[in-house]
Amino acid sequence: MIALLLRDLRLALRAGGGFGLGLAFFLILTVLVPFSVGPQSTLLGTIAPGILWLGALLACLLSLDRLLALDFEDGSLDVLATAPIPLEGALAVKGLAHWITTGLPLVVAAPALGVLLNLPGAGYGWLVVSLLLGTPALSMIGVFGAALTVGIKRGGLLLSLLVLPLYVPTLIFGAEAARRGAAGLDPATPLLMLTGLSLGCIALLPFAASAALRMNLR
Amino acid sequence: MSLWEYANPVKFLRLSERVLPALWVFAGLCVATGLIWGFFATPDDYRQGSTVKIIFLHVPSALMAINAWFMMLVTSLIWLIRRHHVSALAAKAAAPVGAVMTVIALATGALWGQPMWGTWWAWDPRLTSFLILFLFYLGYIALWEAIEDPDTAADLTSVLCLVGSVFAVLSRYAVHFWNQGLHQGTSVPVATGARTVSDVFFIPLVICMIGFGMLFVALVLYRTGTEIRLRRTRALLARGARGA
Repeated sequence: MIALLLRDLRLALRAGGGFGLGLAFFLILTVLVPFSVGPQSTLLGTIAPGILWLGALLACLLSLDRLLALDFEDGSLDVLATAPIPLEGALAVKGLAHWITTGLPLVVAAPALGVLLNLPGAGYGWLVVSLLLGTPALSMIGVFGAALTVGIKRGGLLLSLLVLPLYVPTLIFGAEAARRGAAGLDPATPLLMLTGLSLGCIALLPFAASAALRMNLR
Repeated sequence: MSLWEYANPVKFLRLSERVLPALWVFAGLCVATGLIWGFFATPDDYRQGSTVKIIFLHVPSALMAINAWFMMLVTSLIWLIRRHHVSALAAKAAAPVGAVMTVIALATGALWGQPMWGTWWAWDPRLTSFLILFLFYLGYIALWEAIEDPDTAADLTSVLCLVGSVFAVLSRYAVHFWNQGLHQGTSVPVATGARTVSDVFFIPLVICMIGFGMLFVALVLYRTGTEIRLRRTRALLARGARGA
């Protein structure tokens, strides 16, 4: 399983675009926000936590259609499905690799982009914590969505349609925690809910994803 | 003699054909009676005026929008566990009906909200969860459309329905956490029995609810029958193409 993780990470690094693309998208989205709502710093400061969460979510979504599709095309998924490690474990590792290549860079980059949006000083720590706790859920939901749509040609748009409603609870709790942190309120409740959501997703979604993937590989 | 006999498409079709005419008539009668009674024979509310009468469309459609998803959940489970094709097709047939019910509930709510709340739309928990439910219906229907192999499509949509149900419930509670409500509580709480609607409105409302329920059952039976025949036609065509 560690070998699989290393393989996925190496592929993401060497094939290019794995780390960079999501981050660049996140940056561009953040830069575009002041153009669309105006440059008033108070307004930007108010909406900054929500915008950063939304940007991270969309950047996560962007890389999902390549999560399993490449392996499906060259047949590595068939090998994985017949390998001695359970498919559930393999998919959890895939989710972990996706999180390391897209979720983690987003978490690291978010404070820098917070400066651009005039995020209040108290918000930086809570923004990073909420993203750190929430992005694993985004990655695992993404693995499930990718497993559902892997057999469909040009499934990218359908994937977004399926995955975005599933992202609603994560976004609500994550953005709420970041917003409360930025406003100087106590963000403990949404953070706990967010953590529970992430843990639940990590625990249960690999089973749903591998069930869907087995149906697609049949 | 068990319920599972009707998992046989032939038996299912025979039964549904026998039941459907009566069901259509009964549903039509209930809906017509309830709506006409509700719209013309009830008094205006002392605060809401005549806008209160939209309840006869709004509440039954909202009820069926949720129950349709619940029915899809049950039939999806039956398909995954017992592999009865009729069950999967019934889930497929119910989805567009449920989506339309959701739209009716949202649209009538907006029409009522404009004079009463002063706005067509508010990000109220109930309204928001219904909008999210509508998105789930859209995704479910789109997944059915996108996959060519019918068995794989049935499998994958069933899994989506199961996972989607969990997330729909999660969203419902998350939305409550995120914003306080503008929408009034239910007027007909089943558990406590302390309803706040007077009999004048309640009786036609119940007739409407029964009518919408029957209408939903009739539509789903009819559409399931259509799906079964469609699949049979495809099989015959494929056999004909092979023979020639």
